[in-house]
Amino acid sequence: MVTGWLVLEDGTRFEGRLFGAGQEASGEVVCNTGVTGYQEALTDPACCGQIVVLSYPVIGNLGASLRSCESPRPYLKGLVVRQLADHRDDGPGELEWYLRGHGVVGLEEVDTRALVRHLRERGSLRGVISTSPQASVGPGVEGPRVAEVTTPWPYRIYGDGPRVVVVDCGLRLSTLRALVDRYDCDVTVVPATTGAADILDFRPDGVLISSGPGQAADLPGLVETVRSLLGRVPLFGIGLGHQLLGLALGVGTRRLKFGHRGMNHPVRELASGRILITAQNHGFALEEEGVAEAGLEVTHRSCHDGTVEGTCHPGLPVFGVDFHPQSPPGPADAAPAFERFWKLIQS
Amino acid sequence: MVFGSGPIIIGQAAEFDYAGSQACRTLREEGLRVVLLNSNPATIMTDVELADRVYLEPLSFEMAREVLRRERPEGLLPTLGGQVGLNLAVELAQAGVLDELGVELLGTPVAAIRQAEDREEFRKLLVKLGEPCPRSTAVRSIGEAADFAREAGFPLVIRPAFTLGGTGSGVARDMGELTVVVGRGLSQSPVGQCLVEEYLEGWKEIEFEVIRDGRDNCVAVCGMENLDPMGIHTGDSVVVAPCQTLSDWQYQALRAAAFRIVRGLGLEGGCNVQFAVRDGEYRVIEVNPRVSRSSALASKATGYPIAAVATRIALGYALDEIAGSVTGSGAGFEPVLDYVVVKIPRWPFDKFAGADRRLGTQMKATGEVMGIDRTFEGALLKAVRSLELEGPGLFRPELSAWTDEELREVLCRPDDRRLFALAEACRRRWPGDGLAALTGIDPHFIRRLQVLARLAREVSTGRPLQDADLLRRAKRAGFSDRELGFLAGVDAERVEEARLALGLRPVYKVVDSFAGEFEAGAPFYYSTYEAEDELPAPGGPSVLVVGSGPIRIGQGIEFDYCSVHAAWALREAGVRSLVINNNPETVSTDYLTSDQLFFEPVTREEVLELVRRQSPRGVLVQFGGQTAINLAPELARAGVSVLGTDPAGIDLAEDRERFEELLGRLGLARPPGRAVRSPAAAARAAAELGYPVVVRPSYVLGGRAMQVVHDAADLRAILEQVDWRRPVLVDRFVWGREVEVDAIADGEQVLVLGILEHVEGTGVHSGDSISVYPPQGLDAPIRGRLVEITTGLALALGIRGLVNVQYVLAGGEVLVLEANPRASRTVPLLSKVTGVAAVRAATRVALGQTLKSMGLPHGLWPEPPYVAVKVPVFSWIKLPGVDSGLGPEMKSTGEALGLDFSFEGALARGMEAAGWRLPRPGGTVAFSVADRDKPEALGLAREYAEAGFGLAATGGTAAVLRAAGLEVRQYRKLSEGSPNLVEGLEQGELELVVNTLTRGRQPWSDGFRIRRAAVERGLPCFTSLDTARAVLAAVRGRDQGHREPRALQDYLGRFAAAT
Repeated sequence: MVTGWLVLEDGTRFEGRLFGAGQEASGEVVCNTGVTGYQEALTDPACCGQIVVLSYPVIGNLGASLRSCESPRPYLKGLVVRQLADHRDDGPGELEWYLRGHGVVGLEEVDTRALVRHLRERGSLRGVISTSPQASVGPGVEGPRVAEVTTPWPYRIYGDGPRVVVVDCGLRLSTLRALVDRYDCDVTVVPATTGAADILDFRPDGVLISSGPGQAADLPGLVETVRSLLGRVPLFGIGLGHQLLGLALGVGTRRLKFGHRGMNHPVRELASGRILITAQNHGFALEEEGVAEAGLEVTHRSCHDGTVEGTCHPGLPVFGVDFHPQSPPGPADAAPAFERFWKLIQS
Repeated sequence: MVFGSGPIIIGQAAEFDYAGSQACRTLREEGLRVVLLNSNPATIMTDVELADRVYLEPLSFEMAREVLRRERPEGLLPTLGGQVGLNLAVELAQAGVLDELGVELLGTPVAAIRQAEDREEFRKLLVKLGEPCPRSTAVRSIGEAADFAREAGFPLVIRPAFTLGGTGSGVARDMGELTVVVGRGLSQSPVGQCLVEEYLEGWKEIEFEVIRDGRDNCVAVCGMENLDPMGIHTGDSVVVAPCQTLSDWQYQALRAAAFRIVRGLGLEGGCNVQFAVRDGEYRVIEVNPRVSRSSALASKATGYPIAAVATRIALGYALDEIAGSVTGSGAGFEPVLDYVVVKIPRWPFDKFAGADRRLGTQMKATGEVMGIDRTFEGALLKAVRSLELEGPGLFRPELSAWTDEELREVLCRPDDRRLFALAEACRRRWPGDGLAALTGIDPHFIRRLQVLARLAREVSTGRPLQDADLLRRAKRAGFSDRELGFLAGVDAERVEEARLALGLRPVYKVVDSFAGEFEAGAPFYYSTYEAEDELPAPGGPSVLVVGSGPIRIGQGIEFDYCSVHAAWALREAGVRSLVINNNPETVSTDYLTSDQLFFEPVTREEVLELVRRQSPRGVLVQFGGQTAINLAPELARAGVSVLGTDPAGIDLAEDRERFEELLGRLGLARPPGRAVRSPAAAARAAAELGYPVVVRPSYVLGGRAMQVVHDAADLRAILEQVDWRRPVLVDRFVWGREVEVDAIADGEQVLVLGILEHVEGTGVHSGDSISVYPPQGLDAPIRGRLVEITTGLALALGIRGLVNVQYVLAGGEVLVLEANPRASRTVPLLSKVTGVAAVRAATRVALGQTLKSMGLPHGLWPEPPYVAVKVPVFSWIKLPGVDSGLGPEMKSTGEALGLDFSFEGALARGMEAAGWRLPRPGGTVAFSVADRDKPEALGLAREYAEAGFGLAATGGTAAVLRAAGLEVRQYRKLSEGSPNLVEGLEQGELELVVNTLTRGRQPWSDGFRIRRAAVERGLPCFTSLDTARAVLAAVRGRDQGHREPRALQDYLGRFAAAT
């Protein structure tokens, strides 16, 4: 057992024990409060480059399974937990093997609650996992990461329903599952670099812009693509995709002090007044003022902090949400968002 | 109008006081007038501070209707009083009473309740919703059940409709068993209906606590996983929250299903949905359309106040309109945990040696404990410590002596020792896969136990006192100093020294419902061995109230009542109240009760750590029953200031040898006896004193191991079980009347709250006796003498706070049995009927005030013009194999109160509230009594005959009655064939059986079988002639009729006017 440290850019240190692959990793430190679904959280491409802290203390209890993967591999840099609960008598358990296989550095036995509370106070911070408590957090270059996670080539899932092009900015498999299993959509997934004309060449009934890592402002090419699609085809953005929609419509984005990451964030659906419990994994949101100026209609707000969580355009077939309406992982409360997309592309 | 749930029985404990008190408080916050009906005097909810009108009356249809007529409430809240309250509300609604009186049923509509409760209706709904449920059918006869079994096969589980805690449930593996279980179930269901269904043996059992409001918002407050698979009642299962072995997709499927069902039913408020899960499949087991034991657990596990929220929903609020959290979401959120919670049931088998301790679909636990820590291991070990079993912890020494075969037997056929057997098997390095297969317990949990076993082995073979890393790891895993000491073969104090030398101290973390994501204000803490401490620096003087732990026989909800009042009194006195307790059902573990709640085991280690950390002015141990008072000497030794009665005074009262000396000094008499320290000395003492003798070890609660012994052979048998580290007292058994007195002393003056007279004579534990206040058969000189002795004793013991003294009146003499330097079981009851806030006064005395400064008098508090009768409630039906005969060992689980202006009336109300079935006029009463009781029984039989009852009796008793000219129907002894009493009971020929215990323990069989036959038929069977006489008085009281309900406030008003 090697003692390891998580050192944050403000100098705070958290002691633990290293597991997984290697001994050093750095990145933005984010917290995920999901009680279930640790593997789904780890394999969300939106975690690309991050050090993820899981606030639920017992992790690894279910090992690692293909069914719980949201993408072909974990993209995170580091994982920080209170207890890695999958050690076997004869050595590491499935989860540890999985992380080792994908070069993820793990730190266990950490007072993760203290870490979560610290991040809550200080906001988003960069950090490094290291064997040395004196390790310093290198200069942060938080570039765009979509290129790392997007599919290198287009692929198609045949179906009898409407034709949907999914722009893969860091797509979660569950998003695809929602389109295919429930609505039998004929889906083509394209790389994030695909231009608007190429997308329209597929003659889609609708385009879904997926969630993914980083902030939309770093992705001017994608914003341009989305802007070109506005009004020409129904658009549905999730997470990063929603923020891209916003930017395309001239709405700025802002970094949340403490990102929304977890399995049960309550969101109010403003039209009905109902509360939806949703899975979320986003560190950015649309700016309040911009939304109003652009004439977007707010459809959802976080019950916790009032953040804009969903908007739609009054004149165009365009809408987006910051939470994950697909389920599982996460609750099915927000599934009607897909219903809405489906209705939009049917007409 | 709010209904409570009545007396505490197995399957229905303090959780409904927690729910009901929350409801009452919430309603009053809304500015509403609250009318409450509940017969349980030991509850917080029946305090006049909680409801505007408190009716301590039986929870019967007639009584409820009368209360509604008198009070004309606008609405009725049906879903917070457990199954009892719910059934009553449904009955009233269906009889048209609510419509007639214009009372609105709040929350879930009655049709939805019916649909959720009626198995067949519920199944139809599930089919409609496409939800999978076990193959099942509702039957009204054994024949119908057999037809279904031929079609569906075995095993089958049988559940009677409309019963609580799974009463009458059972598993049938063949036709023979089916006949028995269905037969019993049909007789126990109030509607004569049973559900027979496919038995999902070995499936995981998962529960969801769901809340839905009138706008169709749903939230899942908590998902909980039973460690024990299907087949063991969830009340008897170790339960873990949150679910540990479900993947997110499994969890979401169940959550979504729970929502579909709750919406399909149209429930509004809190409810509980149970599932069976295996791999990717699930089955819906049942829905409780009300707040339940599980919701109390979920509330404590998450910090989400389910009952308060459900109450507001019933009033029409939407979830987000209810202030429930620190964020803008109101109560419309799902708590996020960053810790693990483990609940372990507390079973009564330590008290019932003969009971069948195997666990199944019928609940047997009397209470439960909860442990919170950051890992499953830590939470489990805390919960184990909280059980207050003998021994050091999870790894139990007595199990190491078991053979592998014995171990395997308990693992396969679970009883209360299975968890410990599993730990032992892990210690023996049995392979995990095999254990999982043997027990049906998920491999994840077994791996966690293996981790603990490995650590335990390391501690036993290593040197934890010297090896800092090992000690640190062991403490982090959750082992107590005591268990580490036991494993390492050293004193717990040595471990503590080593630990403190290393600076290894726990930190306190907050239970905040948001996993630290938002700043939460709840002052609700648990300890753990980690880095960051969240406990704010102590501000201002504080006092720690030591709670009473799990509800068990002998230590019930009364002590929680006292702890809660102590916390309130501290607050009133401007002192910060800290409470340490571990019972998730109770009001004391509601974080609103105190300024800081510490959800911890109530042991020396945890209390001391807390005292070191918080430096309270002192610790109150007199309100938490024997759990708290037993800590007094150790705390005092550790230099903790024990407020109230000095630990030296406590020891003086508790150590019977020293107590006897004191009595001698005061010139007081007690039954002659000796303190002995060996079996030989005990035998000598008994011979000198003359049999029968009472044998009792020191420091007991509920008279554990206390027995009346009739001869030397019996004595030898009993002494084998005794712990000889403390002296054992052998007393002459004195026939007489028992009386107990509760008093408050401040060191100078003594206020005697009241004298309670027991209906049953000596030999029946005070907790099992019917008690009457004010006493009906004591003349003024005797009362004066009792007050005088109590006063003298309280002063001599240096009591500062509450004291309870038990007496025997024999031959005009007053003998002292014992003095308990703490709040007693009867304090809540006396507080209520006298209007004296006894616990508040005692707390103030402990803080240094005098009775005089509070304006309280000394001497006997004036006795009211009405009569209060406390009637014990037993849970025999839940405990097959337990003898319902009463003795010096306490057996009752709860109590009900009867209040009236006459003794007979109060008795009748009390017995009705306690659920005793009184014989109907013209019915037959059977007598089968020991020789020594025959003369007295004759007189009683004559009274019954004169009251119009038929008489029946066995051999000798019949002869005596007949000789006296009474007409008797004769039954044979069981060994003599038909017709015998058991057959008479089974054929419904008898209404009541009086069966006194024959001496010793030899001929248990006959009496035992008669008593069990009565219990199983739901018929009263009394082993004391005194009880039988009281029943006759109650029958008269009942037949005098005219039983209008009266609110406690009216009684007290009448009392105040009279004095």
